[in-house]
Amino acid sequence: MRVLPYGSRAAMVDFDDPSEVLGLHASLEQDPPDGVVELVPAARTLLVRFDPGRTHHDRLAGAILDRSTVDVSPRETAEIVVPVRYDGPDLAEVAAAAGMSAEAVVRRHEDGTYVSAFCGFAPGFAYLTGLDPALHLPRRSSPRTRVPAGSVAIAGEYTAVYPHASPGGWRLIGRTILPVWDVDREPPNLLAPGTRIRFSS
Amino acid sequence: MTAKIDVVRTGIFATVQDLGRPGLAAIGVGRSGAADRGSLRLANRLVGNPEDNAALECVLGGLVLRFSAPTTVAVTGAPCPITVGGRAFGSNSPIPVGPGDELVLGMASQGLRCYVAVRGGVDVAPVLGSRATDTLGKVGPPVLSAGMTLPVGHRVSPHPGVDLAPCALLAEEPVLRVTVGPRVSWFVPGALSTLLTSVFVATADVDRVGVRLEGPDLSRARDGELPPEAAVPGALQVPPSGQPILFLADHPVTGGYPVIAVVEEADLDVAAQVRPGQRIRFRLVKGSDGSNPLHHSRGPRPAK
Repeated sequence: MRVLPYGSRAAMVDFDDPSEVLGLHASLEQDPPDGVVELVPAARTLLVRFDPGRTHHDRLAGAILDRSTVDVSPRETAEIVVPVRYDGPDLAEVAAAAGMSAEAVVRRHEDGTYVSAFCGFAPGFAYLTGLDPALHLPRRSSPRTRVPAGSVAIAGEYTAVYPHASPGGWRLIGRTILPVWDVDREPPNLLAPGTRIRFSS
Repeated sequence: MTAKIDVVRTGIFATVQDLGRPGLAAIGVGRSGAADRGSLRLANRLVGNPEDNAALECVLGGLVLRFSAPTTVAVTGAPCPITVGGRAFGSNSPIPVGPGDELVLGMASQGLRCYVAVRGGVDVAPVLGSRATDTLGKVGPPVLSAGMTLPVGHRVSPHPGVDLAPCALLAEEPVLRVTVGPRVSWFVPGALSTLLTSVFVATADVDRVGVRLEGPDLSRARDGELPPEAAVPGALQVPPSGQPILFLADHPVTGGYPVIAVVEEADLDVAAQVRPGQRIRFRLVKGSDGSNPLHHSRGPRPAK
């Protein structure tokens, strides 16, 4: 792992092993080094924003490199079960591309245990890891201009639930009625980084 | 009776903004808030508000507001002609407004964004702790449109007792200070010095998300995509075209293009006032050595 400078108020921790991101995130969240104001996990990195009045890059980098990220499992939260109706418009295409039946795609997606790795793209859009490698497929060559809220989709090594209607290039395999994002709820995001998720039809 | 503001005209584009909703990037929500935070703070101070009250941000002036009750307003940011009830007033000053009066902002002569604060603050419903409109994340109150009515709040501080806050004019060719970005190693060795020695021009593609710049290519030394990683305001992200995009208040929470350098937070207010066609330059912050960026690592080291 490397700690890279990111302006004068943030450092970016870059990992060779993406599974270490959530471990360091959990460790720094439980016991933040002096001056840390925000942690933002992503696919292979953790952004650490800090108050330049209280610490500086070198000092923070030292504190981060001292952390052990060994044996950090997903946060001890209740598992969230997302009910799905597997009738997405791309299901047949996904089955053909993966060389299996639509039923087999559904079974493999349902059998997975997922962990929310990070959010991005839109508020509450969580990238869930743990997708069966047989279902790792590229995005659609041409994105849709509108994907309905609640769409359950896959792209690359991730699966996700679209929290809002938006444009999108992921392959849609189903939909859920569970609102994963609600600004009037505390917390608004059901699928915050570190959360464990299962899909069930 | 609670005071209200009728939006008569919005000009090109106007929103409600405060200092945003920091600390929520991990759930996919950016900070948002005023693009020129210093001007929002000043407008609030001039009317005796706490600095973080919500006010209005508009592009190049053109905003027309009608007030239902006597109050105090202030206009800051890009300088523009200002009238209240037909009488002319200056920027960066508290302005008394009577019931039924119209505040009219003319076309801004330089800069891009004007701020209008009203005593008590714009009191639309907060979302996730802020009244800012995040135009990319679609969080917060709707973009302003003619015919809307905005409630005025009661959150005030003492009147500041000043008539005018002197403000420096925006430079003809602003120089923005940068530090080295996390992905400078993705670029050819001369790219950073190209960034620091060239003039870049703001294209017409300027909004609250960012400023698309035009200049000499910042060529990448490696192909391929970067998995999504978190961004900050001020990040200079470089797509394969080699033409950088400077992120502003509503930037995406994560992005997939390498960031070559980061504009200092203190210079973001100036960056938010850059208008299409304007020339800008970048300068490295003293003490941040571009040739040897601060770099720490753990893990397997090459054998000696």
